[in-house]
Amino acid sequence: MSKIPADLKYTKSHEWVKLGADGVATVGITDHAQSALGDLVYVEAPKKGRKLKAGESCAVVESVKAASDVYSPLAGEVVEGNDALADAPEKINQDAYGAWLMRLKLANPADLNGLLDAKAYEKLLADEAH
Amino acid sequence: MGKRTVLYDSHVAAGARMVDFGGWDMPVNYGSQIDEHHAVRTDAGMFDVSHMTVVDLEGARVREFLRHLLANDVAKLKEPGKALYSCMLNNQAGIIDDLIVYFMRDDWFRMVVNAATHDKDLAWITQQAQPYGIKLTERHLAMVAVQGPHAREKAATVLPAALRAPALALKAFTAAEGEGLFVGRTGYTGEDGFEIMIPAEQAADYWQRFMKAGVKPAGLGARDTLRLEAAMNLYGSDMDEGVTPLESGLAWTIAWEPHDRDFIGRKALTAQRDAGPKRKFVGLLLEDKGVLRGHQRVVAEGVGEGEITSGTFSPTLDRSIALARVPVATGDEVQVDIRGRLCKARVVKPPFVRNGKALVKV
Repeated sequence: MSKIPADLKYTKSHEWVKLGADGVATVGITDHAQSALGDLVYVEAPKKGRKLKAGESCAVVESVKAASDVYSPLAGEVVEGNDALADAPEKINQDAYGAWLMRLKLANPADLNGLLDAKAYEKLLADEAH
Repeated sequence: MGKRTVLYDSHVAAGARMVDFGGWDMPVNYGSQIDEHHAVRTDAGMFDVSHMTVVDLEGARVREFLRHLLANDVAKLKEPGKALYSCMLNNQAGIIDDLIVYFMRDDWFRMVVNAATHDKDLAWITQQAQPYGIKLTERHLAMVAVQGPHAREKAATVLPAALRAPALALKAFTAAEGEGLFVGRTGYTGEDGFEIMIPAEQAADYWQRFMKAGVKPAGLGARDTLRLEAAMNLYGSDMDEGVTPLESGLAWTIAWEPHDRDFIGRKALTAQRDAGPKRKFVGLLLEDKGVLRGHQRVVAEGVGEGEITSGTFSPTLDRSIALARVPVATGDEVQVDIRGRLCKARVVKPPFVRNGKALVKV
């Protein structure tokens, strides 16, 4: 069973979002995603200053098995990409919720309400399994 | 649900993630394929290869038949138990499969061919064997490949007492049988080890005992990174019926001498050899970050284009590597189209890793 912290929001494409006090959201990929991909060997985080639309492809995570696009859960501007992951992509496998990919200044923090909560994401995974 | 080997339950019990592989439900990893890879390079790992096809060929004219069927020459096998690696060609010198053949007795040879090519291979061999009066018997045995610098010594502790010393005395590419088991000092990882054929009903028990002896289960994911580091071809990816051994890095498996050995495909292969093949098979080392993958376009500036046949990330080198088929005039540097971006790769002579050691400078 993959980990699904209760205090985060989730997308159908297996990203997680944590809203900070300053309207900046932290984004990464879920425990389910890292498990499905296997050992990650390459991570390309988005560049600072990049403006993203909700659902826009913004990063790449690559395992030995496959390359996978990461989609921005919400609209906003990248204030920081986690470049340290480039040298240690396995950190995402070790701790998917600690190894964040980017910090995003949200265009509209209320958009968060449109994302899945932990229960809804758990249900999504259960349905996907069949 | 695909076909299952007799070790299916053992894999699930060990926490394997199962995937479809050519119609078989096989373990891709038991957790971390990179850990499994390192276990084989530094210690001992084991793979369930029971899906592969084992065929016994018997009869007075077996050797004669195999000297006609295979591009390598079984006349080289003088000691019982000795084996060789060969391609099996069609009349156009296209590769039907690659395989290992063991000389056991003058009237008995054993062949191990790929799982995915089972039907095609058996139909072809049966048809070609007709004039020679060969008895073909497929053996439904389980098979476990135990690989790594400590693999043989660990596996030997589990083998029946009478087989222990003969197994440890085996030279490379030689097999011994006894107590119902067949042990070959062969492998597909670039490390030393055994491939052991086991009666199906005993396989799960042996698997457990190998684990207790400190051999780590390893899945198809690690198998692919290991074999690619060792530059061992994978049929279906690195070669198929549309290419010859000369374009697949397998010229060394062709026995041209004696001149008058008429093996299937000889005429077409000779014509290609004499005209000079247009493509060559090389190793690539990605100089940027990223992962090389099969079918990616290779660009050799001023020369032309080729294609990656197999690519992966090498855990031993911590870099992406690949095998590729490129124009024969390709030099030392190429570019590879990775999802629309041209990335630099260095052409290297395979293999990349053998016996735990990197052979290329990263």
